[in-house]
Amino acid sequence: MPDLRDMAWIDSAARAQAAADPSAERMVINMGPQHPSTHGVLRIVLELDGEEVINVWPDIGYLHRGDEKIAENMTYTQFIPYTDRLDYLAPLANNVAYALAVEKLLGVDVPRRCKYIRVICCELARISSHLLGIGCYAMDVGATTVFFYAMRQRELVHDLCETLSGARFTTAYTRIGGLMNDLPPEFLPLLQTFLKGLPATVAEIDGLLTRNRIFVDRTKNIGVLSAADAIDLGLTGPNLRASGVEFDLRKAHPYSAYEEFDFEVPVGTVGDCYDRYLVRMEEIRQSIRILHQAVERLPDGPWHVDDPKIFLPRKEKVLTKMEELIHQFMIVTEGLNAPPGEIYFSAENPKGELGFLIISRGGGVPHRLKIRGPSFVNLQALPKLCIGHMVSDMTAILGSLDFVMGECDR
Amino acid sequence: MHATIEKLKAKFGAEIGELPEFRGEFGVTVARAKILDVCRFLKTECGFDMLTDLSGVDNLGAEPRFEVHYLLYSLTRRQHLRLVVGVPADAAVVESVVSVWSTADWHEREAFDMFGISFRGHPNLTRIIMWEGYPHHPLRKDFPLAGLPAELPATAQNAGAVQPAPMEGGPFVASIGTAGATRREPRVHDTAAERDATAQQEGI
Amino acid sequence: MKQLTPVAFDTRMEQRDVIVTRLDAAIDWIRKSSCWPQPMGLACCAIELMASGAARFDIARFGAEVMRFSPRQSDVMIVAGTCTYKMAGITRRIWEQMPSPKWCIAMGACASSGGMYRSYAVVQGVDNFLPVDVYISGCPPRPEALLEGFITLQKKIMASKQFGNLWSPDPAPVDERLLKGPIVIRGE
Repeated sequence: MPDLRDMAWIDSAARAQAAADPSAERMVINMGPQHPSTHGVLRIVLELDGEEVINVWPDIGYLHRGDEKIAENMTYTQFIPYTDRLDYLAPLANNVAYALAVEKLLGVDVPRRCKYIRVICCELARISSHLLGIGCYAMDVGATTVFFYAMRQRELVHDLCETLSGARFTTAYTRIGGLMNDLPPEFLPLLQTFLKGLPATVAEIDGLLTRNRIFVDRTKNIGVLSAADAIDLGLTGPNLRASGVEFDLRKAHPYSAYEEFDFEVPVGTVGDCYDRYLVRMEEIRQSIRILHQAVERLPDGPWHVDDPKIFLPRKEKVLTKMEELIHQFMIVTEGLNAPPGEIYFSAENPKGELGFLIISRGGGVPHRLKIRGPSFVNLQALPKLCIGHMVSDMTAILGSLDFVMGECDR
Repeated sequence: MHATIEKLKAKFGAEIGELPEFRGEFGVTVARAKILDVCRFLKTECGFDMLTDLSGVDNLGAEPRFEVHYLLYSLTRRQHLRLVVGVPADAAVVESVVSVWSTADWHEREAFDMFGISFRGHPNLTRIIMWEGYPHHPLRKDFPLAGLPAELPATAQNAGAVQPAPMEGGPFVASIGTAGATRREPRVHDTAAERDATAQQEGI
Repeated sequence: MKQLTPVAFDTRMEQRDVIVTRLDAAIDWIRKSSCWPQPMGLACCAIELMASGAARFDIARFGAEVMRFSPRQSDVMIVAGTCTYKMAGITRRIWEQMPSPKWCIAMGACASSGGMYRSYAVVQGVDNFLPVDVYISGCPPRPEALLEGFITLQKKIMASKQFGNLWSPDPAPVDERLLKGPIVIRGE
């Protein structure tokens, strides 16, 4: 019987030989949907030969809430809270992506201050999501302390979100054509305090994990995905970049003034779990860099479009002038009048490319809203990643993929 | 982008129809029988190595009833292209493009689940979002948001059955003058006496 | 004459060397102070559940940091998130595997009533198939709201008096409201 720790045993010929062995034990077991390391309600059916994974069938849909059908029954603005709950680790980023998608449909461009604030939102969401991703990943792999350090920083992000919008994380902060409100006066000082303290925590997590013998052993050369496979499987985001494909929507198709920011895109080489972890760590550092630039160069000016047909007019005008009252009434009851047409807009969310395909037949309610959830596509890679590894590698692979079932099942 | 569409039209002629450009996006309609060839051509000859999205659309009342939208992306040229295939309701079958891009696997399963569009050649065309054995296709326009009654999945200990969600005249609008909250949304714990008491309080 | 000095809740010291207490008070106190949650973290509320377990809100103060995913080892099932019909049977199955005494907290709007997801796929409240003790509203409820819900559950446990009045001088008055029916916490 070959030594299980010998990686060459993953070779399929050797495996087939072992499979022909009558003393091999094949069993089909169920992992999830209620399981500590499936990161939400994901069910995985595993076919095992002892400890080795022979086959993997992910089963999703346990969090399907009918978002797309609900979207066909609500106005564009009414749907914003639902976008929060897609990738519920980075709600601000989803808000921004959705607002940009509807604005693309309408053909409006928001003022520069609004774009910069949205960049701040996206990058905060990225930091928050990666912190939790790395925290849970490390906790699953055994390093529980990292989870607490990451959550402590995340609590500061929650404080920022609360200052911004009133809610700790399901913010519903953006509106079509602008934002819910301008940055409150206490936001920027709080953000700067946060940015001052974050690099120390990132360095601490780095020190705990990156050269940790146990972590490296559990993640290096586990779940390797080649660049060609990653593209074929439609992977996006850090998972794609870890496999060596340099593709970031913020650079390839800049939106919301990203072209004015100076940052780098980390790209991995091997495409294993360790690379995915490293890419996320580096993305946090790059996000800090972007945030510093955004805070320094934040322009003054309006934070929403000046079009009463799209963005709610100011309340004092609504209560005193007829035209604004009518606009308010129309936007709230019927929704803003989108032109007929079809668009697709995608943003670089922390988990990957979050896309909205909106088919409008005019009016305030979309005819079809398809949400291209990055986790839905990323999870398809699971069989390719897991087969040949052992059951305990499954937790490392699941953690490194960093998916969230909210945007997978919608 | 025009170059790609010209190449497509040169190769496939009448099977390709051009869609009007909208907000900088280009698309073509493709005849249902030719979709697999077109996709293969686009991947190998035109460099569209990534399938970003595949979604079904229900245009109830139009002919053909369904559409399948393919969103292709070329990493080398950083370009999107949309393909639209019309699928009639009585013959809701399209060739699967899993052999071209593996990512189409789950997208097609979702289109099958939500709309009932079958994909010929798909390795495992089963429901992915709803459970096996769910009788309806939820994203069809004739399926109500509240849902229709159905049997629960065949796992152990199922309590009751799928019931339509209480809608009361719209997704989130409660009509004035109709039954009060307890009547609309009776909670399991409410005894009959409590329900009557609240109803009395609400004046219904 | 016996000298009874009150020491703590339902606990008195007799003659300075023997501590007597009601059996059910002791057992209820043990139960409420080490209520191990079964975090049925289904959706976004699970993140606030994790946040309440993390350092800032620290559910360990209440003896509940031991999040046991195995139902056999847990006491209270916190249903945090939207329960879909696909997930309902599984949730029920996990509930039935939990040994008595067990309690259930419906955390969040989705678990309490379906929340804002009035759609074909979502169970409109887990109380359709689980006996919920405490409802916590909010979308998601703040960790403080979850902790308040937890404290209320603890009060309910203390009031449950499993063994009745075996022996007691003067039992403390019990809030009857705690024993009758579910309790709703406003969670925003």
